[in-house]
Amino acid sequence: MSAAFVTASRAGLMGCHDCGLLLRKRHAAPGQALRCPRCTAPVHDRKPESLQRTTALMLTAAVLYVPANVFPIMTVVSFGKGQSDTIVSGIVHLAHGGMISLALLVFFASVLVPVLKLVGLAFLVISVHRRSRWRPRDRALLYRIIEQVGRWSMIDIFMISILVALVKLGNVATIETGLGATCFAAVVVLTMLASMGFDPRLMWDALEEDR
Amino acid sequence: MPARAPEPTAPMIACHGCDALVRTRALPRGASTRCPRCGHVLQRGRRDSIERTLAFAMAGLVLFTLANVYPFMTFELEGREQEATLVTGSLELWDAGLQELGVLVFMTSIGFPAIQLFGLLYVLLPLRFERRPARHFGAVFRLVLKSGPWGMLEVYLLGVLVAFVKLSEMATLVPGLAFWSFAALIVVTTAASASLDPDAVWSKLEART
Repeated sequence: MSAAFVTASRAGLMGCHDCGLLLRKRHAAPGQALRCPRCTAPVHDRKPESLQRTTALMLTAAVLYVPANVFPIMTVVSFGKGQSDTIVSGIVHLAHGGMISLALLVFFASVLVPVLKLVGLAFLVISVHRRSRWRPRDRALLYRIIEQVGRWSMIDIFMISILVALVKLGNVATIETGLGATCFAAVVVLTMLASMGFDPRLMWDALEEDR
Repeated sequence: MPARAPEPTAPMIACHGCDALVRTRALPRGASTRCPRCGHVLQRGRRDSIERTLAFAMAGLVLFTLANVYPFMTFELEGREQEATLVTGSLELWDAGLQELGVLVFMTSIGFPAIQLFGLLYVLLPLRFERRPARHFGAVFRLVLKSGPWGMLEVYLLGVLVAFVKLSEMATLVPGLAFWSFAALIVVTTAASASLDPDAVWSKLEART
């Protein structure tokens, strides 16, 4: 299927990842970085240490995902009484308040997206390790989705920052941010960095090997 | 520095998604091409890309200023009022000892959008008016492109919506001028990045150096 395509790598070329300029493939001398003559970005045939980097960031995110869900993300203190919310209990409250569509949106952004991102990236990394040739086009689509959807998980963090800014009325009502929020924000940032570090071209390199 | 590839008979690019060499062609406005092998978007046809992007970026600059200067939201509870601007949340988080969260919220809602707006103006203005290209334009324009996923204005707006609903039972929330400017800013920055054709900018920069 891939026989109709010649890759830049096979043709002895590499595309600058930042501006797309085609360059002759060359390896940098140790301790030196090759730079694109047009946009000055460091250039390389494939993103350096892509799999290791993605795996490390992904594992860290997976570990932090536990405290992000166990600890409260915020506590509303009103007249001396505090009510803590975790990510999930916040969604449950929204649903009980009759805001089903909003509850679904937050559930999608805060629960489903991080989990699917981690599982999806792990699947892609393993498929590259195993030199899988299984449905590369679908895996490429999966990667593009993972890459774009991650930022939406920040909804809860922004919600907290707005509550913290507005609700500071002494003993009438204040908002305290919980440890869960910091962990959750770290999960979002780490999974974003993990998907940026992954090089989708590695999935296609497996198809080139016996040619 | 690696040498540039010899000029092929037909202009080619290497797909960012799968490394396939694909021939480029002139595209009508609004059209785009996808890589025939992996489906990654390769080219986006944009007419007057630089002019349009500049126009949106300038409008964005005005809205960005309004969104940061005027009150964003007012909170009323039992006769007491609390006003917040866009930056208040980040500052409160910082003061509460959550510096990491404060910096993250600040950068994603103010910092990166600002980098994008100012960066675009910095790179595109000299280009449009045939002046000498801005200093370090390569690094600046790369920063603009890289900061794209980290500017999260539209996600922030959804966060506002959720906060709105959460507070609606206990208090009244009144959106301020900055809120509406912020909403318009989302439209304008989206339009700016949709009309931007990075390939056109890189080739024009290259032609001028």
